[in-house]
Amino acid sequence: MKLIDKTIVAKKMPIRLVRNTILKGLFFLATTFGLLVLGILLYRIFAQGIGYLDWDFFQNFASRRPEEAGIKAALIGSIWLMIVVAPVALLLGLGTAIYLEEYAKKNWFTSFIKLNISNLAGVPSIIFGLLGLTIFVRALALDRSVLAAGLTMSLLVLPVIIVAAQEAIRSVPRELREASYGMGATKWQTIVRVVLPAAIPGILTGSILALSRAVGETAPLVVVGIPMFIAFLPKNVFDTFTVLPMQIYNWTSRPQEEFQSVAAAGILVLLFLLIFMNSIAVFIRNKFQKRY
Amino acid sequence: MVNEEGVTILRVQQAQYSIREMIQERKQKKRIQIERFIPSILSLTAAVSILTTLGIVFTLIFETITFFKEVSVSEFFTADKWYPFAEAASYGVMPLVLGTLKITMIAALVAVPIGLATAIYLSEYASEKTRRVIKPILEILAGVPTIVYGFFALTFVTPVLRSIFPSLEMFNALSPGLVVGIMITPMIASLSEDALVSVPRTMREGALALGSTKLEVTLKVVLPAAISGIVASIVLALSRAIGETMIVSVAGGSTPSLNMDVTTSIQTMTAYIVQVSTGDAGYGTTIYYSIYAVGMTLFLFTLVMNLLAQYISRKVREEY
Repeated sequence: MKLIDKTIVAKKMPIRLVRNTILKGLFFLATTFGLLVLGILLYRIFAQGIGYLDWDFFQNFASRRPEEAGIKAALIGSIWLMIVVAPVALLLGLGTAIYLEEYAKKNWFTSFIKLNISNLAGVPSIIFGLLGLTIFVRALALDRSVLAAGLTMSLLVLPVIIVAAQEAIRSVPRELREASYGMGATKWQTIVRVVLPAAIPGILTGSILALSRAVGETAPLVVVGIPMFIAFLPKNVFDTFTVLPMQIYNWTSRPQEEFQSVAAAGILVLLFLLIFMNSIAVFIRNKFQKRY
Repeated sequence: MVNEEGVTILRVQQAQYSIREMIQERKQKKRIQIERFIPSILSLTAAVSILTTLGIVFTLIFETITFFKEVSVSEFFTADKWYPFAEAASYGVMPLVLGTLKITMIAALVAVPIGLATAIYLSEYASEKTRRVIKPILEILAGVPTIVYGFFALTFVTPVLRSIFPSLEMFNALSPGLVVGIMITPMIASLSEDALVSVPRTMREGALALGSTKLEVTLKVVLPAAISGIVASIVLALSRAIGETMIVSVAGGSTPSLNMDVTTSIQTMTAYIVQVSTGDAGYGTTIYYSIYAVGMTLFLFTLVMNLLAQYISRKVREEY
């Protein structure tokens, strides 16, 4: 009995191979689409914004005249935001990760926390703005301060830091812990002196990436009510302030053509800041991360 | 007792005694007492994430209830106009929901084919070298702040589209929809690629040995095997598109309308919240409370989609 009719196979083979080649080409084109978009986006912003990017741009406050507008308040404000977000989010995120990885028993409470964290990561950022507006700005009467905005942003990036820290802690091999217990160390001593030092590069990398998300995020701060036009610097965390994305949003939504270029210059500053932060993260990952 | 062995035994006994003593002594120390409180302190930090969720849910529920004291529930769901700023205000959420869905549909039309094709190329066709170049670029695309995408939509995509379709308004659904699609493409690409890569090699090799082309292996063996992961990635990405704020605020306009036209100005749920937040509606007005009702609607949309994605990837997961 002839199971395979070789003539049919031979007849169909060319078209099957052609189809394979064509679709491979299409898949490749789709892959380069992202590259293309990124290229156009960067080129447009660079070409439009570079002309406004001079020393005055960093020294001036926002202005109604595009040629005098500067980014000083927004840049310093973004740094203030980081000063609040970094310790709060890192402390809460790391604590949660240590609890989940080292102490939590396998019960309903633990799986509830895990489910909760993964759902929290999917909540739109603007909803965190509504939370911040209600709890921090109104209920705790922090007003539109660095602290209110920073706490809101900390909650927003918390799930990212927790997941990154969990992965870093999990990747520390069992043998290291057991060696530590074998030497008579207690659980907490093992965590602080063995597990965390080994996990710290991964935790730092994840935290810097989360922090760079907080720096680029706009929507929650719009809802919290951070002003977009400000001509002074905050003196402490209870002062009001503005940040880079808010300033860019303000410039983008102005009708005058010149402000589009000012916005592009602002975006360049924001992108440089993000690239700088990401480079630090990549540097830490490559330099310190051990593979066990 | 003077032989070699006796001395050794004596030493061990001495050592055992001192270790027991050492343990006793150490247990008294304060530092070890602290050890017991560590889990409780850490569980408090873990509780913050639960408090955040509770905070979100209760904030939305309480303020939405206040809103529904002033506007009837039936008006909210059935009225066909969203005119909160008009003299005779009308609060029908449907135009906002439709605006959001328009953006999500356009984004899906861009992101699903391109994201999926990228995932297939990276997992099935690309060499290790190509992957090492493409994956970081996708990560950069995913990390671009949304306000930058909004600027891109308004100052580049809209003018380009208007030169092709002159009837397109300055603010429209098409341009931000396309850009939201670009924004979520890396998410679909990288999550789907994870799903494709996790399909075991042996299944591919079996199909190849039967004489399939690479395309046939991909479409008839690998894709069906990875389908749950792929669908979950698409649902997650669309949930991100629904919650996207700055792109639609900058380029979508602020005219809630109940039609299927994508060339005219629209307003999404998120863009409305931004409009009220940047405007001068005072605390305690109906307009102020309306952002919570809209936020609640948005929250429910994304929550259902996120739970759906988790359900799909957990229940339909095939074990190899």
